Amino acid sequence: MQLSYYPGCTLKTDGKNFETSALAVLKHLGVSVQELEDWYCCGVCFSQAQDNLMQQLAPIRTLVKAKESGNRQLLALCTMCYNTLKRSIEFIRDDSEKLDTIHQFMDLETTRFYGNEIDVIDILSLLRQIGPDRLKTAIKKTDVDLKVASYYGCMLLRPGEVAIDSPDDPVIMEEILDTAGCENVYFPFRTECCGSYQIVNKPDIVKARARKIIDSAVKNGAEIMVMLCPLCYFNLDEIQRDIQKEDKSFQTIPVLYITQLLALLMGLEKDIHDFNLHSIDPRPVLKRKGLL
Amino acid sequence: MPKNKAISSRQIRSEDMDQLKDISGVNVYACYQCGNCSAACPAVDFMDIPPHQVIRMVQLGFIDELVKSETPWICAACITCTVKCPRGVDIAKVMEGLRQIVLRSDFEHGNLSEIEEKVRKKLPQIALIGNFRKTIL
Repeated sequence: MQLSYYPGCTLKTDGKNFETSALAVLKHLGVSVQELEDWYCCGVCFSQAQDNLMQQLAPIRTLVKAKESGNRQLLALCTMCYNTLKRSIEFIRDDSEKLDTIHQFMDLETTRFYGNEIDVIDILSLLRQIGPDRLKTAIKKTDVDLKVASYYGCMLLRPGEVAIDSPDDPVIMEEILDTAGCENVYFPFRTECCGSYQIVNKPDIVKARARKIIDSAVKNGAEIMVMLCPLCYFNLDEIQRDIQKEDKSFQTIPVLYITQLLALLMGLEKDIHDFNLHSIDPRPVLKRKGLL
Repeated sequence: MPKNKAISSRQIRSEDMDQLKDISGVNVYACYQCGNCSAACPAVDFMDIPPHQVIRMVQLGFIDELVKSETPWICAACITCTVKCPRGVDIAKVMEGLRQIVLRSDFEHGNLSEIEEKVRKKLPQIALIGNFRKTIL
């Protein structure tokens, strides 16, 4: 299986652990991904304005590059990128007027994109495609007694046209972790927004959201929390220190990308993880469980 | 919403309504005020006007009041309201429309230089770009 890969901005910096672990896991499962030779920022937040085509240029240009790569599937690890690329396709699909205008703004691109040539795929759906049997045989550490809370965030579930699972009661992460031999912890806030980009101007919103999400996961017995979105990751990891400073009774929880956990369960090289990027150090619990 | 205020057609400014409709593409008249959006909104505690009231005010033409409200700037476009709406009203797009009306006349909402340098250096690109997309035209 070969597919193109679009990393987006944050996976090359703060979200490096997501990229290195995801690529290692996929390689181990026999999936070959090729990073696009040239790509642009997707814009992070999909523009919901119907009358502004300018904001669709960045994702469409990347999709043109994906078409030129020759692979039909485009893997977007970052969930924000996934959401934006996929919604851009829905926005212009079968609308020749919008497409004409967008193409008039693109000077460098010679390939025309119509909207039906590329399937944007996220890593959970890709793992579902690979199948539980292959995943199960790749897992080396099978007797790990680890209680994991899966946090979905927004961008893989909403809006409906890009949802990879039920927006109300998704199970895809739990299914994967079940196959990998972890104990799933269900908690009510697992699909709720973390506050997203409000961390820039209104960090109090993120702090309140993070507190609810983390308290709920901890109360339900989780030992670690896994997720996919680099923005959720930043919001839920970093802010725990601030919450703790204000309230000593607050119980922190280590946060990992789901692919980091899978890589550890597969017994892949440990130096793919840069644990200095974690604000809440996951090493003590991982060592206790025999994963490090 | 202003209390005890008689609604007359004179108060409804149709050009603002048209602009919001053009930007959002949403038919707000499908809303029957069940309140599911406000019940589901994770940021409603921080808003001055809850989402279902925003839609009611759009129906009644109170665009001037809405563009002065904090609510569209609290909304982080998580799309929960839209998913929960039993009438298919895309409330998140209405919020975007309200933001756009302000941005298209002011260019920028808030002041980027107000972000502390210490905070700014720590923030990942994804947070900064996401924020710029929603607060700068």
